[in-house]
Amino acid sequence: MSLHEQDDPELRRAQEERLRAVWDSPKGLFLKWTDTNNDAVGAWYTLTAFGFMLFAGVLGLLMRAQLAVPDNDLVEPGTFNQLFTLHGSMMMFLFAVPMFEAVSIVLLPQLLGARDLPFPRLSAFGYWSFLLGGVFVSGSIFFDVAPDGGWFMYPPLTTRTDLSGLGADIWMLGLSFIEVSSVAAAVELIVGVLKCRPPGMRLNLMPLYAWYILVVAVMILFAFPPLIAGDVLFEMERLLDWPFFDAARGGDPLLWQHLFWIFGHPEVYIVFLPSIALFAMLVPTFSQRHLLGYPWIVLAAVGTAFLSFGLWVHHMFTTGLPKISLAFFSAASEAVAIPTAVQIFVFIATMWAGRVIWSTPMLYAAGSLAIFVIGGLTGVMVAVAPFDWQAHDTYFIVAHLHYVMIGGTLMPLFAGLYYYWPLITGKKLSDRLGRIAFWLLFVGANVTFFPMHLSGLEGMPRRVFTYPAELGIDGLNLASSIGAYIFAAGAALICIDLALSPRRALAERNPWNAGTLEWLAHPQDEHWGIRSIPLVESRYPIWDQQDFMRKVDEGRYFLPDAEEGRRETIVTTVLDARPIAVIRLGTPSWKPMMTAFALGGVFILTTYHLYWLALLSGIATLAMVLWWLWTGTAEIPEKESKPIGHGMEMPLYLSGSSAPGWWAMFITMMADATAFSGLVFGYYFFWTKHEDFPPPELASAPGVFWPMVALAVGLAAWLLTVAARECNAKGRIGTARGLLVAGIAASMISGLAGIAGPWTTGMEPTLHSYPAIVWTLAIWTSVHAAIAVIMLGYALARSLAGKMTPRYDADLRNVTVYMHFLALTTVVTYATIGLFPELA
Amino acid sequence: MRWQREATGTRVRLRRLAATAILLITGCNRHQSALAPFGAEADDTLSLTIVLASGAAVIALGVVLLVWNASRAREHALSESGGLRLVLWAGAIFPTVVLTVLLLFALPAMRPLPESDADLRIQVEGEQFWWRVRYAPPGAAPLMAANEVRVPVGRTVVFELTATDVIHSFWIPGLAGKMDMIPGRTNQLVVRATKPGTFRGVCTEFCGLSHALMAFDVIAMEPAAFDAWLAEARRTERASSGRGAQAFDRRGCGACHAIAGTPHHAVIGPDLTHYSERLTLGAGILEPTVANTAAFIRDPSAFKPGARMPAYAAMPQAEAEAIARYLKGAP
Repeated sequence: MSLHEQDDPELRRAQEERLRAVWDSPKGLFLKWTDTNNDAVGAWYTLTAFGFMLFAGVLGLLMRAQLAVPDNDLVEPGTFNQLFTLHGSMMMFLFAVPMFEAVSIVLLPQLLGARDLPFPRLSAFGYWSFLLGGVFVSGSIFFDVAPDGGWFMYPPLTTRTDLSGLGADIWMLGLSFIEVSSVAAAVELIVGVLKCRPPGMRLNLMPLYAWYILVVAVMILFAFPPLIAGDVLFEMERLLDWPFFDAARGGDPLLWQHLFWIFGHPEVYIVFLPSIALFAMLVPTFSQRHLLGYPWIVLAAVGTAFLSFGLWVHHMFTTGLPKISLAFFSAASEAVAIPTAVQIFVFIATMWAGRVIWSTPMLYAAGSLAIFVIGGLTGVMVAVAPFDWQAHDTYFIVAHLHYVMIGGTLMPLFAGLYYYWPLITGKKLSDRLGRIAFWLLFVGANVTFFPMHLSGLEGMPRRVFTYPAELGIDGLNLASSIGAYIFAAGAALICIDLALSPRRALAERNPWNAGTLEWLAHPQDEHWGIRSIPLVESRYPIWDQQDFMRKVDEGRYFLPDAEEGRRETIVTTVLDARPIAVIRLGTPSWKPMMTAFALGGVFILTTYHLYWLALLSGIATLAMVLWWLWTGTAEIPEKESKPIGHGMEMPLYLSGSSAPGWWAMFITMMADATAFSGLVFGYYFFWTKHEDFPPPELASAPGVFWPMVALAVGLAAWLLTVAARECNAKGRIGTARGLLVAGIAASMISGLAGIAGPWTTGMEPTLHSYPAIVWTLAIWTSVHAAIAVIMLGYALARSLAGKMTPRYDADLRNVTVYMHFLALTTVVTYATIGLFPELA
Repeated sequence: MRWQREATGTRVRLRRLAATAILLITGCNRHQSALAPFGAEADDTLSLTIVLASGAAVIALGVVLLVWNASRAREHALSESGGLRLVLWAGAIFPTVVLTVLLLFALPAMRPLPESDADLRIQVEGEQFWWRVRYAPPGAAPLMAANEVRVPVGRTVVFELTATDVIHSFWIPGLAGKMDMIPGRTNQLVVRATKPGTFRGVCTEFCGLSHALMAFDVIAMEPAAFDAWLAEARRTERASSGRGAQAFDRRGCGACHAIAGTPHHAVIGPDLTHYSERLTLGAGILEPTVANTAAFIRDPSAFKPGARMPAYAAMPQAEAEAIARYLKGAP
């Protein structure tokens, strides 16, 4: 179709009708929850995370009520411990991280001019997992069994079943479930940013929010898996008595601390960078100019991400680690202030060079910046180890982290809320209520948290349910409690403002006169995301590209139609965003929700030691996943290609490294490999800690033979898969199927041989950390071999069913990616458990 | 170079002024506060704190003023290249320089005080929710104690810290920074008290139900007085006769507690030999009166939720008071 055709209003109306029909949400009381469109799922996600934030906030208020006066007995000690554990855990796992993902699910397609994210059903799956896991974890407080070991869950307090109850399992399993959904969302967002940008939007034209999403999602990918590895060890100790953290049997409580903080410190930046990303969108809008120093801020964000993985030990300055490592981590912790300062000064420079409009979002941005700067500076203070020895685990840290979190996450989100509300609902929030709420929040935050710097230095430890009057810190604490309620009043006012919103009139389109793509959105709800996918030539196309909005609206760019009645979006190349294909997206379905509930069953039933039911639930999950994949992915299109306008013809099928599915597999496996390296870290950590590791009397197991068999046969399975892929591509389908069968057999043998090592040598995992970690590595690798069996079987079945052909071979190519990583895991595991004892 | 050791008179005076100002604003806790040091380490850290806090305040104010200025500047007040220069100098170079200076300034403070084998060692073990204390003076017999730490002023003391059940953390804010007590590890904390007095320490790692109620008394004594106390304490023996002692015996208190001079040597609970000298009861939470002690014996969990000691609710008040009087050394 040419430009000429789009001049015809009748044609345009017909296209709009088709698009509207294709992207229409399912209607009906039940059916509407099967929706997968990013605007619906993103809205549910955001609302749920917001709800958890309010709930966790109320827990905070209860704590401040208890601490308002010394020697208070309003809240029982046991309840208080549940309150602070849940407050911290919820704010981190159920609010800050999911909120970033939720907002990104809403905004990212808009920012990239895409119709939706590449895997809408995966977003829905992530949401339902999050909802179920979140309700499970937070609801536990109503039954007085909420986790009570602190959000960091340090063993042995939390692993000894005589000292901690169900709460520890709820934390570990419930939040592991949510971590899985966080990683799923991260995969979705990374692929979205890399593969679903509009034509012409090279990496250096990408809106900064997309840059930050990319950086943060990659951080999630590497930060969450070590915690998942830690969770695995933790639950093995709690449920099976494998002594990873029990010093009496060769374990070490510090292993958990390392794994936790390798996650926990990047986590701080994971929740902070998205807020900077919101600033990066609204500061240019309200300075009415391009952001000044785009490359600087991108590099600073990437630099922050890198550094954040080298800081975790600053949470462990008082654990008695060697002074030299303290000096190193002190230096690294201070260094992270540099990229942070660069980002802040980019905003200051932009404001200075532009014309600042003091809108409500801008007020929130400036206020949160002021709060954040204080938190950042106290952060530099605690990075200095000798000062940290005093401040650590006192209210000084409570003050510091709340300045960082309120200034760096919460208030920027409110800025984003006031900024983006018109984009989502078409209506502006009240400036008056917003400003009053801002001042309540700003004053409340400072009155609450500033005095805590002093109460901490005056000897008030964290996580105490009361304090004696003789400490002379009652005035400070009373101030903190009053401040907390002022702050809560501000939050309540925002809720009122939101509640009043449906009664207000629609705002004009692009009400802030912004320059970025997302503001193409119409105040009247259209679910298609964008009328036509534009050619982007500027970072601020609405400002810079002539007649941009009109051209988009009139369908004069790409993919203005849905002729085949399918949900579609354009896939482009990673670096320079050349269009390479049109992909068909998942449509509303029950499958994501049911899969999420089945997987949730595995975690929740395990919590209550209902192992058989958990196993059944696991089998149901597997069946659901296979059904979902079989019916919804790598579909062979009805025609080879279709026109997308301007004389361009795009294929409808991609396979290999240009396909979003291949990237999703690759990225997921990066996360998997990271979790695995957490377990390997455990093995070598024990080795560095003990004079003799493995202990001489246990070192003869698992022997060399079985691990080497597992290694050799595992590598054979890998080679067979690669050969199958090549044969299939060359059209030798029969040979490819034969190779797949051989690959299945080899994976099976490798997995069994891996278990045979520790099994035949009689390794008793409850005896010592050595057999426990060997078993864990062997089981991890064998389970992965079992998954390989399923995957190879799936590819074989697809081939036999005619759903996979030499031309349409995405399934096999994705399975091969899995096998690459499995080969790596196999080599590392069996070389470690089989050969290392010979060397050590 | 311990950088604050040779401080000039003015510097010390300035620092005292700042610390006093903070204390005046916030109350008068000189008891358990990093702002009222009585030890060399805490002293140094307070100086560091004042430097850091002042620096932070100046920078925070500077940034806020810059934002204010930037928001009021007319359009194009700053050119593109001017803006990039601002980012480079204020965002990158300035913090790099400040942080490098800070690091060089702070690194020496990370070095522990020098110690030798001739120094007094005090082994402290954290348990839910109390402190087992063992004095190991060089070349002399050790002394067992609990929930109270005495240190000689002016001498180097080496704390050897560990834990049996869960992780605890040993913090005497006025003396030095904290150090964790981790099962399976022994951490060392070297301190030197600089002035005598009675202070307080607390557990700072969350350790369970009564984490908030796990404190201890710290008494810094002149060296001669300390030596005399230690010698005397080592000789202390308590009578094993009398009504209280018999009740102690009969009720099986000796299954957990030790009292020197009696047949009771158990090491499950706190050593009670020197209970009569203690300033507090239940690891820093109650005044050790006879009434409080008796009430604690009958129902420890009422004062200390999750305490390991079983309740003796059926014990008559008179008997509990007899034990309390015995422990207090009263007739």
